[in-house]
Amino acid sequence: MTGAVDITLLVNGKTYTGRAEPRVTLADFLRDELRLTGTHLGCEHGACGACTVLMDGRTVRSCLLFAVQAQGHDLATVEGLAPAGGAEGLHPLQEAFHRMHALQCGFCTPGFLMSAYELLQSNPRPTEEEVRTWLSGNLCRCTGYQNIVEAVLAAAAEPEPEAHQ
Amino acid sequence: MTTRLFGEPVARKEDGRFLTGRGRYTADFEPHAAHAAFVRSDLAHARITGIDTAAAGEVPGVLGVFTWTDLDGEVAERLPLLVPSDALVNPRTQHALARDEVCYAGEVVAMVVARDRYAAEDAAERILVEYEPLPPVVDLETAASPGAPTAHADMQDNLAGRVSEEHGDVDRALTAAPHVFGWRFVMERSAAMPLETRAVVARYDQTEDRLLIHDSTQAPTGVRFGLAMLFGMDTDRVHVVAPDVGGGFGQKVIQFYPEEVLVPWAARRLGVPVKWVEDRRENFIGSNQERGQIHDVRVGVDDEGRILGLEDRFLHDTGAYCSYGLILPIITAAQLPGPYRLENYRYELRSVFTNTVPTSPYRGAGRPHAAFVMERVIEKVAGELGLDSLDVRRRNFIQPDQFPYHVGVTFQDGGPTVYDSGDYERGLDALLAELDVERTRTELADWRRTGRTVGLGVAGYVEGTGIGPYEGASVSIDPDGTVSVATAHGTQGQAHETVFAQIAADELGTPLEGVRVTTGDTRRLGFGVGTYASRTAVVAGNAVLRAAQEVRRQAASVAARILEVAPEDVVFQDGSVHVAGAPDRRIPLGRLAMASNPTRYAFGRDAEEGARLSQLAYAGGDRPLPEGSRPGLAAVEYYSPTSGVFGFGFHGAVVEVDPETGEVRVLRYVVHHDSGRVINPMVVEGQIHGGVAQGIGGALYERIAYGPEGQVQNASFMDFLLVSAAEMPRIEQVHTETPSPNNPLGIKGVGEAGTIPVSAAIANALSDALGVPVDRMPVMPEDVLALVRAAE
Ligand code: FES
Ligand code: FES
Repeated sequence: MTGAVDITLLVNGKTYTGRAEPRVTLADFLRDELRLTGTHLGCEHGACGACTVLMDGRTVRSCLLFAVQAQGHDLATVEGLAPAGGAEGLHPLQEAFHRMHALQCGFCTPGFLMSAYELLQSNPRPTEEEVRTWLSGNLCRCTGYQNIVEAVLAAAAEPEPEAHQ
Repeated sequence: MTTRLFGEPVARKEDGRFLTGRGRYTADFEPHAAHAAFVRSDLAHARITGIDTAAAGEVPGVLGVFTWTDLDGEVAERLPLLVPSDALVNPRTQHALARDEVCYAGEVVAMVVARDRYAAEDAAERILVEYEPLPPVVDLETAASPGAPTAHADMQDNLAGRVSEEHGDVDRALTAAPHVFGWRFVMERSAAMPLETRAVVARYDQTEDRLLIHDSTQAPTGVRFGLAMLFGMDTDRVHVVAPDVGGGFGQKVIQFYPEEVLVPWAARRLGVPVKWVEDRRENFIGSNQERGQIHDVRVGVDDEGRILGLEDRFLHDTGAYCSYGLILPIITAAQLPGPYRLENYRYELRSVFTNTVPTSPYRGAGRPHAAFVMERVIEKVAGELGLDSLDVRRRNFIQPDQFPYHVGVTFQDGGPTVYDSGDYERGLDALLAELDVERTRTELADWRRTGRTVGLGVAGYVEGTGIGPYEGASVSIDPDGTVSVATAHGTQGQAHETVFAQIAADELGTPLEGVRVTTGDTRRLGFGVGTYASRTAVVAGNAVLRAAQEVRRQAASVAARILEVAPEDVVFQDGSVHVAGAPDRRIPLGRLAMASNPTRYAFGRDAEEGARLSQLAYAGGDRPLPEGSRPGLAAVEYYSPTSGVFGFGFHGAVVEVDPETGEVRVLRYVVHHDSGRVINPMVVEGQIHGGVAQGIGGALYERIAYGPEGQVQNASFMDFLLVSAAEMPRIEQVHTETPSPNNPLGIKGVGEAGTIPVSAAIANALSDALGVPVDRMPVMPEDVLALVRAAE
C-alpha cells in the first residue's frame, strides 16, 4: 500500500496496531482494519451521528477524523459499552434500549448509545427536553425517537455500573 | 399451558447484536474486497459524445475501468421493467451504464474497480465525460404540457402511461349535485433516506461457478432470479443474502439498480470480490425518490356535505425512467376514496417523465397523496358549506354492514379493490376521545384569544396491505430442540425475527428463546417475493403459521407412535410433547426430531437416546420410515392471499405557527390505528412512531429541491433536513382491532400506516390555524410565511 503508515490506537482499553494511509478516516480504520464494525457510516459528512465514538470521554464523529489523529487518545466504541466480563451483561443504556424498543433496524443505535452515554456522564438526570436537544445530532429514520428518548430517561433513573474503559 | 405469545409485547430477539455492535450489515462484509466507484452524470439531460478513461487507468491500484461498451450480453441491454403494464405507452428503463444519453443528474456513466474505496474514488475523478447538453424538463406540469422538451430525445412527448377508470356515472352526479367545487392539490418530491445507504458485495467462485452476493435489499429472491437470468447462470449457482438492513422504506426494492448488476458483473469479470457502499450524496441522486403529484379534483356534494360524485385528474412524476411501471399512481387512485363511500368516482392519471431521479414506492407509496387529496376535500367541503368537518366525515363513511366493500376500481395487484373489514365510525370516535376534542377546541379558542396561531386537523385513511402473490416459510426442529424458521424476504427493522418466532413458538409450544429466525437468505429458502406494501407480517406470517402447523402434525404423529396414543392426545408445551392428562409421559422436541430421522448411526451426545426413540417410533411398522412420512420434522409452506387486507386509522394534530419565523410546532399528535389482530403491540407502536416521524418530516421539513437545470440542490443532510428528536412531538396512540376475515391470523399490515395521513392532518391543522387553505405539501418555514402573508 503506497504511503501507508503504522497506526496504534487504544480502543476500549485495548491496544491495536494496523497499517493505513494517513488519509484513512478513523471510522474506516476502526471498521476495516480493526474489524470493529459496530461504528456505522450514515452520511460521512458529520451530520447523522451514526459514527459517533468517544475520544477521551467526549463524543467525536469518526467519519470526520483521520485515524492518525486518534493516536495517543483513549477511544471507546459501542463494542466496549457493555460491562467487562459479563458476556450477557448489557450497560443500563443498552438494557433500556432493549426494554423500551428504542431500536428497529439498529443502524443508528451505536451512535445513539455513545451520545447518550456522554450525556448521562455529564448530566445524570436530564429532563426530556434536554435529552431531545442533546440527541438532535443523531438521526434515526425508523423509531420516531420517542422510545429512544424514553430509554435514555429510563437509564438515567438507574445507578451507573463500571463501564469497560 | 405455555403462555400464548401472539398479542404480547415481547422484547425483540434481534436486539442483542444491534446493541453490542455485532449487527452484520452489507458494508461489514469483506473489509478488504476490491471497491467499485461510479461516475455519475452531473447534467440532467445530455448526449454522451466521448469518455476518456486513460488517466483513471493509471491510478495505482486500479483493476478495471468500464463504460457501456465493455458490457456484454444481457447486461448491455436496458435493465428489466419490474412491473410491466399494458397501460404503459413508453416502458423505458435505464442501461446499467448509460449508453449514449443521460436522462437525470446522477445516472451512472462509468465504473471503476480498484483495490480500495480511496483508490477507486481517485480514479473515478479522473474520468472525463464529454457531453452535448440537451434541454432538460424538470417541472412536472411543464413536462405534461404539449410542446414541452422531452425527457428522452427519441420520444414525442413525456407520457409514460395513462389509466382511467370510472365507477358509477360521475358526469350525471356532478350535473345533478347542488354544489360543485374544483380544487388543485400538489405534493412535491421527497425521499426515503434510510440511514444505511445501499450496498452490494459480490464474490464469484470460478472453480465452482458460483456467485454469492450480499445486498442491502428488501427483496433478495428477485435479485437472485434476475441476476441468474442476466448472467445466463443456473439459478442454483447464484445466491443472494440480505443481511441486517439499515432501513429501506421502499427505496431498497427496485429491480434492478444499476449497481446491483454491475458489482456482481465486475466480480465475475475480474475474479475478485467486489464491494460498493453508496455514499449519502449518491443516495440523494442515484436512489429512487417519491411523492411528486398534481391533482385537479372536481367534487359534487349535497347540502349536508354528502359526496355525490368526484373526479380526479392527476399527474404523477415518474422521473427519468419507470421501472416500477404505473404502480404508484394506481395505488393513489385506488386508495383515494379512503373510508368514504364514493358511488360516482372517476380518475384519469398520467404518469410523466421528467429529467429527475426515477421514482418508486417510499413508505406510503402513493397513499399519502391519496389521503391528502381526500381529506383536504372533506375539510374544504365542510368549510364551503359551513359544516363541521367531523360530521361531513361521518355522513360519508362506509358503514360496518357494507363489508366486504367494493370500491369499484382496480387495486395495485390488478384485482378489484375490496375492503375486507373496517369500522370507521368507531375509529374516529376512538381518536376524538383520546384527543378529548371538545376540550381541545375550547383550549384552542382560548389560545387564539391570547394571540397564538394554533389549529387542529384530523385525517383518516384506509390502507391496502398484505397483498400477494405469496411468501413462504421453512420451519424445522433441530436435534437440540431449536425451532428453526426461515423466510425469503428481506427485513429492515420490522422485528420479523421476533414476530415470526411468536407465531412458531405458539404453534409448537416452545419458549420464544427456542426459536431461531433467518430472513432474506436464498440459501435457506429460494422462493419468496419481498418486503414492501406492508405485506410481510401478513403474508409471510401466515406462511410461518402453516409451516409450523405442518411440523406440529409431523411431530404429533411421531410422538403418537412412541407414546402409543392418538395424535390428538399429544400436547405441545414448554419445548416438549406429552400425553394429555399425563405430563410425565413427555418427550423433548429435540429427541422427537432425532426419532423422526432413523439413520441407525449415532451422532453426538444424545444420539443414543434418539436412536432408541426412533426404534420405538417405528416398532411394528414394516419399514424404518413409514409410507407417506419424511425424515426429520421439517416443512416448507407458502401462503398466497386472495386479496389485500385493509387497515385504517385517524390522526389528529394540534399545531402552532410562529408567524414571525414560519416555524411550525406540532403540539400534540394523536393516532388511532386499526390493523386487525396484533402480533406484538410494542412492535406495532414502534412502526407507528417511525411512520409518523417520516410523515411529519415529509410535511414540514423534507423536500428534494431540484434546480431549474435538474440538479438536486440539497443533496446532503446539512441541506435536506431529516426530522430529529428535537422537532418530534410525543405521539399518543389508541388502537382498535377489527380482525381480517381473509387470513387465519386475522392480521393486517402496519408498516406504512403511520405515514399515510400525516400530511393531510398537518395540512388541515395548518389551514385551521392560518385561516387559508394549505393545498400543497411540504410546508417549509418559507411556505408558511407566504401563507401567513396570504392570510393578512
Ligand atoms: S457518518 Fe459520521 S456523522 Fe454521519
Ligand atoms: S433504528 Fe433504524 S435508523 Fe434508527
